[in-house]
Amino acid sequence: MPEQTFILNGESVTVEVEDDVRLLWVLRDLLGVTGPKYGCGINVCKACTSHINGRAFNPCSVPVGAVKETDEVTTIEGLPATAAEDQRGEHGLHPMQEAWLERDVAQCGYCQPGQIMAAVAVVNRARREDRAVTDADLDGIRNICRCGTYTRIREAIRAGEQQM
Amino acid sequence: MLDPQSLPAPALARHDVGRRRFLGYVIGGTTLMAAVDLGLLADPARADIPTLPQPAELYDLNDLLTHAAMPTANLITVTMNEDGTASFALPRAEVGQGITTSTAMIIAEELDLPVDKVHVTLAPARPELLFNQLTGGSNTTISTYTPIRVAAAIAKKQLLEAAAILLGSTVGSLVAKAGVIEAPDGSTATYGELATKAASPTTKKVSVTLKADAEFAVVGTPQNRVDALAAVTGTKEYTTDLQVADALPTMVCRAPTLNGTPLAVRNKADVLALPGVTDVVMIDTGVAVRAETFGQCIDGVRALDVRWLDGPAAGQSDADALAHMKKAELPMPALPKNPLARTVSADFTFWFRSNSAMDTNSAVADVRPDGATIWAGLKSPVIAQQAIAEELGLPQDKVTVNVVQSGGSFGRRLFFDAAMEAAKISKAMGKPVKLMWHRADDARAGRAHPLCTSRVRASLLGNEVLAFHQSHTSVETDYRHGLGELITANLAALPTNLGNLGFAETIFVLTQEVPYNFGVVLQTLAETDQRFNTGSMRNIYSPDVRCANELMVDMLAKEVGKDPYAFRRKLLRNNRVRAVLDKVAEVGQWGRSMPAGTAQGIAIHKEYKGASACLVEIDARPETVNREVRDAVTGPRVTKVTFAIDVGLAINPRGLEAQMQGCINDGIALALTSSLHLRDGHFMEASWDNYFYTRQWNTPPEVEVIVMPSTSEEPGGAGEAGVAATFAAVACAYARATGTVPKEFPINHHQISFEEKTRIPPVPESPVDGLDHTY
Repeated sequence: MPEQTFILNGESVTVEVEDDVRLLWVLRDLLGVTGPKYGCGINVCKACTSHINGRAFNPCSVPVGAVKETDEVTTIEGLPATAAEDQRGEHGLHPMQEAWLERDVAQCGYCQPGQIMAAVAVVNRARREDRAVTDADLDGIRNICRCGTYTRIREAIRAGEQQM
Repeated sequence: MLDPQSLPAPALARHDVGRRRFLGYVIGGTTLMAAVDLGLLADPARADIPTLPQPAELYDLNDLLTHAAMPTANLITVTMNEDGTASFALPRAEVGQGITTSTAMIIAEELDLPVDKVHVTLAPARPELLFNQLTGGSNTTISTYTPIRVAAAIAKKQLLEAAAILLGSTVGSLVAKAGVIEAPDGSTATYGELATKAASPTTKKVSVTLKADAEFAVVGTPQNRVDALAAVTGTKEYTTDLQVADALPTMVCRAPTLNGTPLAVRNKADVLALPGVTDVVMIDTGVAVRAETFGQCIDGVRALDVRWLDGPAAGQSDADALAHMKKAELPMPALPKNPLARTVSADFTFWFRSNSAMDTNSAVADVRPDGATIWAGLKSPVIAQQAIAEELGLPQDKVTVNVVQSGGSFGRRLFFDAAMEAAKISKAMGKPVKLMWHRADDARAGRAHPLCTSRVRASLLGNEVLAFHQSHTSVETDYRHGLGELITANLAALPTNLGNLGFAETIFVLTQEVPYNFGVVLQTLAETDQRFNTGSMRNIYSPDVRCANELMVDMLAKEVGKDPYAFRRKLLRNNRVRAVLDKVAEVGQWGRSMPAGTAQGIAIHKEYKGASACLVEIDARPETVNREVRDAVTGPRVTKVTFAIDVGLAINPRGLEAQMQGCINDGIALALTSSLHLRDGHFMEASWDNYFYTRQWNTPPEVEVIVMPSTSEEPGGAGEAGVAATFAAVACAYARATGTVPKEFPINHHQISFEEKTRIPPVPESPVDGLDHTY
C-alpha cells in the first residue's frame, strides 16, 4: 500500500493508504483527527473546512495522493498554534475561536469547526486584498448551519477580525 | 448501597402555609447523592383565559408529556464529588437545544455552585423511567425543572448539615457561596471536603424548601453553553467521532425508489475485493458495506450491483401524492347560516420538507451473542432499547443503549432508524460497526415533514368574524416512537393505522389553537398514507397551521379595511400574546414607509406555555430576487427580523435567544426555499446543493430577538417556539410585497434549480478537485 506523507497541524505524518482515499477519511478514520466533520462528501456543506498552506479547502474532495509531503494541513485542532502567542485569548485559542466563545455561537456545534476555519480564511483573504471583511464576504460563506446560527456567526467574524 | 431504582415511590408532600416543601431522598453510600422522583410535579397547568378555550389552552401537549411522567417512581440523582463538582445524568438528549447548559444552571442555582462545576451527562436508556425519557415537544425544562431543583436542594441541605458539624456551628448561621460554606467565625469548608461527610450510610427521606425566585442569581441570567469550548476546538464528540474497538466505518447501499428492498447482490465478491472493504451483508433496508474508511464504504456502495424490489411509492410524483392525500380531506364544516355574512376562504399546500441535521443518522453497534451495546443520538432511547432487543432476540437488560450528543435533530432523532440498522448489520456481520448514513441517504430516505394542506374558511358579518374553520389534512405523521417506550409505541403502531391517527389527533388538538376572538373556531386534522418516512419536524403542525391562519388573518384585515397589526391587537384573546405583538410592532417600527416591492409582515404564535411574535421585512424586488449565487437559490430576501418571545420563566436568556435565531432561519426556509420533490417514486434531493435550507446569502442581515421579562415562575419550551410565527410573518410579508397571497410553500417549490443526482448508485462520488477551490 502506498505511503502518504504530509504536515498535519505542524507535524509530519505518514500513513499507509491508497492514493484515491479522500483526505477527510485519512484524517478522521485513520489518524483519529475528528474536528473536521462529514456533512455531504461532495464539497457543498463545508463542514470539513480546514486549511492547506494557509488557504481554506475541503478535505472531502481531495485525494490524499494529491497532498504533497511539504503541504501543511491545518484542522481546527491546529488552529490555535497558527496565531501568535500574544494574539491568543483567555482560553489560549485563536482569536476567531475566542470570538466564537464570546458570542456563544455554537448550538449543536457540528458545523462549527468548519465555520471557524472558513471565517479565518475569509478574514485572511480580505487582508491579502488589503481591505476589511464586507457584508458580501459574509453572504458568500457557503458553510451550512442547520441550527441557523448565522446571525451570531456574522457577529463573531466581525469581532474576530478585530483581534486577528 | 441501596439500589435507587428499588425504592418505593415517594409521596409529594406539600404544606398549606409558606413555600411549598418537597420530598426526596439522600441515597445511602459513601459520597453525597441526593435523589428525587422525576415525576415530581409542579401544579397542573391552568388556562389563562376562561372564555371559550380551545383544548390546547386548557391542557396542552406539554401537560400531556409532563403528566405522562406522573406514574413513574424512579429517581434522578445529583451526586456531589470530592473534587467539589456535582454530577447529574440527564435522562434527555442534547441535540443543540442547550438543555445540558440550562440543567447545569438549575443545579448550580439551587446548590450555590458555579455553573462550570456542574457536569451534566446524558443518561443511557433507563427503561424504568417509562414515559419519562422522551425528548420532544420542547418539554425538557418544563417537566424536569422542579424535580432537578429538589434534588439539588436536598444535596445542599445535606452539605449544610455536614458543615455545621464540621465547623461547630448551626445550619442557620452558615452561608454557602460558590461551593464554599462559611461559618460566622470565618472558618470554611468546601463542598468537595463535605462530599463524603454529607453522605448517608442508609437511604433516607428528606424534605426541603426551594430557593425563592427573588434569590435567583443564575437562573434568568445569560450564560454561555457548557459545551461551547469543546465545540469550537473540535473536541465535542458526536456518534461518528467515537472510537469503539473494531467498530469500522459502515454504510448502506439503498434502493433507487423510496423504501425499496434488496433481493440479491450480484457482485458481492467483486465488492469484497475492493481496497479496505471487510464485509458486505444484505439487510432489509439495503446492502451494508464495512471498510477501513468511510471513503472506501462509499466506493463499495457505488460498486454494488443489487437487484431491488420497488418501494411502495414507486412511480409516484408530487402531484400523485397530493391527489392521493386530497381524497382524505374531510368536508369543511358548515359556517353559521347568516344571509348577510360573507365568506373568505383560502386553501394552502405545504410540500414535503426534510429535517435532515448536519450530523447524518449514525450509530455504533457492537452486537454479541449474549448482549449488545449501542451508541447513538436518541431522543427515545427506551423504545430503541426495547425494539432492538426484540429484533436481536435478546433480553432487554442485555442491550445497553448509550445516548450520545447529536449534531442537530429537528425531530429526526425521535426515531432510532440508524441504531436499529446498525444493530442488524453488526449482528449479520458478527462484528462491531460504526454506521453512518451518506448525506444522500439522509436527504432521500430520512424522515421528513409530511406533505399537507390547510383549508381555511372564515365568515364575516360587517367587521366582525363570526366563525373561523381550519381543516388540516396531511400525509401521515409517524408517531410510532410513542411516548418513548413500548406500551404507547405499540398503541401508535396498531393495525390499520388507527393507533397512530389517535396519536396524531391528540398531538394536533393539544398543540393547535387560534388565539383570536373569531366566534366559532374549529380546527380539525385528517391524516392518510403511510408510504413515506415522516415524523415530527421542529414545531410539528404549528408552522403550517399558523402560516395558513395568519395569512387568513391578513386577508380578513384587508377585507374589513384594517391594519394587520391593529386588527390582530383588537381580536387577540390573550394578554401575553398581545404584549409580544406590541413589542415587535414598537421595536420593529411597524408601518414605517417601505419602497415598492418590499414590505413588512407581522404574525403571532402561542404554544409551549409561551407566546411569540415576529415582524419581518422582505425585499421581493426583481434585482434582489434574481441575484446570482453559484449553485444556490436566492429569491426574495428577508432583510430584517424583530422577534419577541415570552416563555414564562426564561432559564437562560442567551440560549433562548440562540434558539429563536435558529427558528427564524427555519421559518424563512419553510416559507421561501426548502422542500423535497417526489419524482418517480423517490425524493430528488440528495444533498445540500439540492435542498435549500437557509444559507448566509438568505439569512437576514438584521435580527433582533427580545426576550420578554419573566411572566411566570415556571419555564416554558424554547427549542421550537420561534418557527411558526416566523414562517407566518415571512409569508404575510411576501403577500404584502407582491400583492399576491402565496398558496403553496415554499414559494419556489415548482422551480427545480438543480440536476438530480444519481439514483443507481444511490450516492454521488466524492470530487477530486478540492485543491482547485481553495481561498
